[in-house]
Amino acid sequence: MNIHKDLVAASATPLVLAILAEGESYGYSILKRVRELSGGDLEWTDGMLYPLLHRLLRLGYVTTEWRTPPEGRRRRYYAITDDGRAALAEQQRQWVTVTRALGGVWRDSGWLPTAVGEA
Amino acid sequence: MDGLESQIGEWRAYVTRAPAVNGHDIDELEAHLRDQIAELDAAGLTGDEAFLVAVKRMGDLDTLSREFAREHSGRLWKQLVLSGEDDPARSSAGWFEAFVFALAAAVAMQVARLAADFPDEEPEWLFLNLTLLVLPFLAGYFAHRRQLDPRRWVLAAAPFALLALVVNLYPFGADSDTEILVALYLPVTLWFVVSYPYMGGTLKSHERRMDFVRFTGEWVIYYALIALGGGVLLGLTALIFEPIGAGVDERLVEWALPAGAAGAVIVAAWLVESKQHVVENMAPVLTMLFTPLFAVMLTAAAAIYAVSGAAGEFDRELLGVFDALLVVVLGLVLYAMSAREPARPPGAMDRVQLLAVTSALVLDLMVLGSMVARIGDLGFTPNRVAALGLNLVLLVNLAGAAWLSMRFLSRRIAFHRLERWQTSYLPVFAIWATTVVVVLPPLFAFD
Repeated sequence: MNIHKDLVAASATPLVLAILAEGESYGYSILKRVRELSGGDLEWTDGMLYPLLHRLLRLGYVTTEWRTPPEGRRRRYYAITDDGRAALAEQQRQWVTVTRALGGVWRDSGWLPTAVGEA
Repeated sequence: MDGLESQIGEWRAYVTRAPAVNGHDIDELEAHLRDQIAELDAAGLTGDEAFLVAVKRMGDLDTLSREFAREHSGRLWKQLVLSGEDDPARSSAGWFEAFVFALAAAVAMQVARLAADFPDEEPEWLFLNLTLLVLPFLAGYFAHRRQLDPRRWVLAAAPFALLALVVNLYPFGADSDTEILVALYLPVTLWFVVSYPYMGGTLKSHERRMDFVRFTGEWVIYYALIALGGGVLLGLTALIFEPIGAGVDERLVEWALPAGAAGAVIVAAWLVESKQHVVENMAPVLTMLFTPLFAVMLTAAAAIYAVSGAAGEFDRELLGVFDALLVVVLGLVLYAMSAREPARPPGAMDRVQLLAVTSALVLDLMVLGSMVARIGDLGFTPNRVAALGLNLVLLVNLAGAAWLSMRFLSRRIAFHRLERWQTSYLPVFAIWATTVVVVLPPLFAFD
């Protein structure tokens, strides 16, 4: 499935924030988690993650630190802040509203299996 | 693995050329690349294959660099990657565009001077309209450079036309105080009017507003440099022509000075736009140098005035000096902010700046107290209303800035919030300046 790039871009912020809400992480592992969550359907250009992370940093949604774990190379770790959690909650509300509206109209017009509407 | 290392080295050198990506970003991208290669390696690809796939997944450098530039508009500012991206031919045409607008401003200034018969006559309208003769051309330069659509051209031009009408139709009395106030505040209002075309016909973007603040700071520096150079040139020319006959040097000053001063407004703007990297090295040094010096001076002044309790002796001139000082401090704070990397954690410089802001706040409170007492004794005059308003506007701004900087220094908020406070506050300055120009004169019967 080829997801439109606007949709990929719009979902990027909540997705990254939600992954960081699971625990601190670094770029490469965030991307792996995105692939895993979407079953490989959400294709990001790897490099694009970093400007996004830097924007979240500037907005104060995440903090960052360079660290070298005992077994591994030096990486830049990101952790979510309280502001970030608040932003994530707000994004969640918006996405739930959007998916509910879309699900409703698709179920009514019988376009898609009801599973989508219940999501 | 040697082959792989040299490939990664080459890739690094290649990415380094992208203007908006700095060393730390490259470290981060390289760590990513190595993780990706290691995983592909483990999946059974050869070193070469793994490297190629990993680089491909990273995305092409132009798009990546543009994304970085969009986020780090401060770095973007250094290189102006975005403005050049669609139209490489513009950079060479840039100087011509600036030259045309600068020439137009110079001609407008000369025509006005001849019409006023300056310096034999010194009509008030000339001083009142000085900035109205020049800044529309600066606005036009930006409107043209940013390729505004016709509707936005009209929106950019309308405030100039309205203000020109207002200022010239108001029936000011002889020796009118409000007329002097208008002459002082009109340039400020007009400068804010220029921000609209500068920001490409939007006013909402906080990032673009910060760019405008940065532009203002750099423009002041360039203009001062041009004025210095121009002064030396004029002085030497006058000396050289002196033996030829009297009057040559005066003519020269009459013709060259107004035209040069007007044209330099646009030339300085062009320099800021196109020769950014030159000032880039200078601006952080200047703020580093002057922020502590101002902090020391302000703290000393606040302490001395607080101890000696000279609040009753603030006379009108001194109040004016204090207002000017506070405006300069605010300018310095804003400019330092615009030159700062937002993601950097709080440091010594931020503390020094907080000290400067707090001292300025104390001074401002004292000035305000003295001013209120004066108004209580002697009643409202246009000058007092303008000064009181300016002080209140500055007080609220500095108080907000001090509060947010304390929270930033104790790491409770991101620097972004401080920036946002200042960029959100900019319209307040614009509104106050416009109020003084438009509302105050009729309120005081143009006295």
